[in-house]
Parts: sequence; structure tokens; C-alpha cells
Amino acid sequence: MNNVSLESIAKSFDASKPPAVKDVSFEVSDGELFGLIGPDGAGKTTLFRILTTLLLADEGKAKVAGCDVVKDYKQIRKEVGYMPGKFSLYQDLSVEENLNFFATLFGTTVMENYDLIKDIYVQLEPFKTRRAGKLSGGMKQKLALCCALIHRPKVLFLDEPTTGVDAVSRWEFWEMLKRLKTEGITILVSTPYMDEASLCEKIALIQEGRIMSIDTPMAITAAFPKELFAIKAENMSQLLNSLRDNELVQSVNAFGEYHHITLVKDSGTPDAFTDRLPMAIEWKTIEPTIEDCFIHMMSA
Amino acid sequence: MNTLLFLLQKEYRQIFRNPTLLRMILAIPVIQLTILPLAADFEIKNINVAIVDYDRSTYSRDLVHKIESSGYFVLVDYNGDPKASFGYLESDEADVIIEIPEGFERNLVRENHEELFLSINAINGTKANVGGGYLSQVIQDFNQEIRADWVFRKPNKRSAIAEMVTINRFNPLLNYQFFMVPGILAILVTMIGAYMCALNIVKEKEVGTIEQINVTPVKKHLFILGKLIPFWTIGVFVFSIGLFLVARLVYGIIPVGNVLLLYAYLSLYLIAVLGVGLLVSTYSQTQQQAMSLAFFFMMIFILMSGLFTPIEGMPAWAKFITQLNPVTYFIEVMRMVVMKGSSFEHISRHFAIMLGFAIFFNSWAVWNYRKTS
Repeated sequence: MNNVSLESIAKSFDASKPPAVKDVSFEVSDGELFGLIGPDGAGKTTLFRILTTLLLADEGKAKVAGCDVVKDYKQIRKEVGYMPGKFSLYQDLSVEENLNFFATLFGTTVMENYDLIKDIYVQLEPFKTRRAGKLSGGMKQKLALCCALIHRPKVLFLDEPTTGVDAVSRWEFWEMLKRLKTEGITILVSTPYMDEASLCEKIALIQEGRIMSIDTPMAITAAFPKELFAIKAENMSQLLNSLRDNELVQSVNAFGEYHHITLVKDSGTPDAFTDRLPMAIEWKTIEPTIEDCFIHMMSA
Repeated sequence: MNTLLFLLQKEYRQIFRNPTLLRMILAIPVIQLTILPLAADFEIKNINVAIVDYDRSTYSRDLVHKIESSGYFVLVDYNGDPKASFGYLESDEADVIIEIPEGFERNLVRENHEELFLSINAINGTKANVGGGYLSQVIQDFNQEIRADWVFRKPNKRSAIAEMVTINRFNPLLNYQFFMVPGILAILVTMIGAYMCALNIVKEKEVGTIEQINVTPVKKHLFILGKLIPFWTIGVFVFSIGLFLVARLVYGIIPVGNVLLLYAYLSLYLIAVLGVGLLVSTYSQTQQQAMSLAFFFMMIFILMSGLFTPIEGMPAWAKFITQLNPVTYFIEVMRMVVMKGSSFEHISRHFAIMLGFAIFFNSWAVWNYRKTS
């Protein structure tokens, strides 16, 4: 029973403002790598704090590893690992001391669960006597992960673990998560980066405290209702404006090198209006990404 | 139990790694207790006095000599020009002007009565009061001396003199420091206990480590104990340095009463004060808030404790506030045990009240701590 389930969870901090999360329900099965994807302020941290028993929900029920988050909070605290978005270990204690300290708080020792953190800890070992506050960002994140894993949790909550970390460390981090998954640990990870969504087995897209869609990344992109085209030209901003003015075009979004567009008519292609554009364009059909889906759902 | 030991180990490690904190723990009792009592000295010496003598007789010169030799006064001018002397008062060069009228000696001998005129700069009320008091005493002495002189010369004309003999109990030399040092030490221990405890806990909130602890199975009371015990020991340490190093070596104050009794009271008092610190921390999210809140309480605690001003002289509502201030009781106990040598039965009421404070502040803090997290 390493699963997590939420049933119409709602929480608001200020009665005069819209709730932080509203009517959130989803399930995470045993040993799943589950991603909560959404922009800043979508309610990801609030959900994590409710699930890790740090915050009480106003409405709804939630269970973590078979325990109710309100009634059995003591049991949950023994069985979950939580890595907050902000680095919150003792900066004035060394790497080793932080690890030992958290191990003892859980009534275990570093040696007992060393095999679980070994792959991560070997990278930290050269700095084990260094104060945690003096580590680089990537190292801090690895230490935080080690501390969250030291008691061999059944469910691991990682709140924006890759925010503010360089691209190489980000992919390394996801590799580490995949390895942890093989240990049978259920992992919930939140991230504002849409490109990381495809690395999860299942994702929930969250926006303004509401879940917009829950499925596998494949299923979510497959559910994209239209054909998607990428268009490129010499002058991209001029192109963007003229596409927006075009009544054949349903949606336009700037995506780096290309603009992604969908058309009003299902069977049409950009060839239908190339002659009406003031410049020469290049276009191709593409597979939608999670970000395309997210933007589509937001505007829907 | 094991968990508590690890929490304590972690806390002491952090304290010993914080050089600023360590320096404060040493510097506060040594430096502050050396400097502050000197500043809080109400004994007034070197009162500048200008004398306008219109008489210039033997008696008037005798009086001037007597004033000069009392040790409290510095003669800045002696002349017969009232305008010049008043200028001294205006320019703050003299604190008191004494006018000896013309015919001072003659009237005193013939009519057995004469008046002196004192003009005192009363901007500093205390100084004016004390200076005026000293001066009256000197003049009274002078009065008695000349009377005794006459009695000696004319034995048949006896006049009865009732003399008052005063003994100063518990502080025979009226040494102001004996009174101030124990009180200031009490304040220092209070500040260290409340501030450090509150700031330390709020720092954990600010950095977010308290959340990391909250998701572990650590029990709340263990976490709180892990915070209180280190600061309790720091409080005892600071008190000991103040009592044995500074009070004894610098001021020569050796407690008349039982030192163990003093420590017993300190132990209880620190629990109450740490409770205040804990309470402040539960109501603050940042160290800045905690600092402002603690400062607010500290000012009231210090000024309404009878440290500088006697409680007996306060209006009824202020007296009531001093009764609700734990610092009042500790200062009282300090002064009673250190100076008077009071024993347990004399301060048992103080023990009972402090126990009440300790329970009150800590229960409130724990209750609020549970509610918010």
C-alpha cells in the first residue's frame, strides 16, 4: 500500500481570495512516478503540504500509504520523505551531520539504508565535512534528496526539485528518480517545466488550484484535438501578428524557433493562406508536446 | 530519550559554531555588567557651587569652608556679585548658588536667627534634590556647631540638642552598586534567555528547517525541550560569570545568603523566561518580528521591574503591572538573598509566584505552537 489518493481536496488561505486548491482528486498507484505539472502559484506546494501532514485541508479526504492524512498523521510522518522546494537543511551543519541527524530523527542510521542513497551519496562524499550552506546548488539538492530518503520512505514527495538547477543536473536528477522507482518507492514530483513531464509515468496538469487533466504523457498529447503546425519565417514577430489577424487560424503560440498554430478547419493546412501572408514561410506538421496541450487546456 | 540527546547535540553544535553568539554569551555579562552599574549610579558628587558672600565674616567663611570640605561640592566662584553668580547657573557652570546676606554673623548672634538663600538648577530633578539635601545637611551641621560653641562659652545658658543617629543596615556604606549590580544581572539573564530562545526558533521557521523536522516522527515536546535546555544552560552560565567573576571581582559583592538558593530560584526563573521566548516565537514568522515583539516586552519588563525606580513610588496602576512582571520578583529575590541574606522561608512566596509564571507562559506557548502547526 504505497499509493496516494486525494478526494475533492480544497484549501483556501484567505476567504476573500480564490482558494489555493479546489476540488482536487487523483490517485497515484504503488511505485508510480507521478508528476504534478503547473506554473508557479498553481497550488502544487499546497497539495504537497497537505499530503505531508504539514497543512490541514478545508475539505476532502486524502490518504498516503493507506493512512488518512488527518487521523494517522503520525504514521504518515514515519513513512514519507519530503523535499521542500526551498533548501531547508541546517546550513551550519556539515553534509554528514545533516544526514546523521535526520537518520536519528527517524530512528534509523545512515548505514542501515546506505544502499538506497549510495548512488547519490558517492557524489557528495568528497564534501562530507563541508557545511551544507557552502555547497553548490546541485549538491544541496542531492543532499536534500539523501536526507529525504534516509529512512527508506514508502512515498517520496519532491516539490520542484529541479527549479534553479542547471540543465545537466536536471537530467541527472531524473535519472536518479528512475533508479529509485526500481526500489518500489512511489514518487510524487512537482515541476513547472513542461519538458520534464514526459519523464513521468503519469501526470496531472494543474492550473489555478484545479486539475485540468490526469493521464499518461502519451495519452495527454494524443488527446490534442487538432492537427498542429510549426511555422517559421524571416521576421517572426511580423508573422505572429499576421497569423493572429488571420481568421483561418484558431490559435497561435510562440515556441522559440517556430510558431505553433492550429487551424479552424480540421482538414486544412497552412498552404491555404500562404499567399495572403506578406512573407515567405516554412511549415511542417508536428506532434503536440505537453506544453501545447497545457496551453490548449488553459485557453479552453 | 535518545532523540532528545541528538536534538541537544545538534543544538549545541550550532551554538558553538556561531562565533557571534559565543562572543555575546561572554561579552554580555562581562562588559555590560562592568559598564552599566557605573551609569546607573544615583550617588551625586561634584556638585558645582557658587557662593555670593555679602557678609565676609568669620561665620560666613566657616560655612564656606564647611561646604568645601564636605567632599560633595566643588566651589566654582566665591564673590560678592550676584549677577555674575547667576550667570554661572545659566551657563550650567554652577548647579547651586548660595547667597549669604549682609549681617549674617551679626543677626545670627544677636537675633539668634538668619536666613540663607539657595538657588538650585532643577533641570535634573534628582541632582537638584540630592544636592539641596546635602547642602541643607551641611548647613544644619554648621548650625549645631555654632550652637554647641555658644553652649560651651556660656555654660549657664544650656540649650537641649536632640541628635539623630542612623545606622544603615545591609549596605552600611550606602554603596549604590550593591543595589544595582544584582538587579542588572537579573535583567541580563532575562534578555539572553528570552531573545536567544525566541530568535533561534524563529530562525528555524525562516529557513524552513522546522518543516523538515515536522515531517519526521519527532514529538513536539521533545523538539521544544531540545530548544529550551540549551538556552537554560546558557542562562545559568551567564549568571555564574556575572555573579562570580564580575560582581565578586569588580564590585566585591559576595552574596550574604545561600548561593544554592539563588541558583534554585534562577533555575525556575529561566524556565519562565524561556517560556516567554517560546511564546514570542510562536507569534512571529520572521526574526525581525520576533525581535520587535521581544523588544516591546523587554522595555516593559525592565522599566516596570523596580530596577531603577522604586516600585513604592509608582502610581497604583503601575504597581499592578509590576506585580505581573516576572522580572520584578527575580530582582527582589536577587537583592534579598545577595544583600540581606534572606532564606527560603522569606522568598517562598516568590517561588510560588514564579512557578505560576513558568506554567502560565509555557502552557500558553505550547498551546499556541500546537494550534499553528
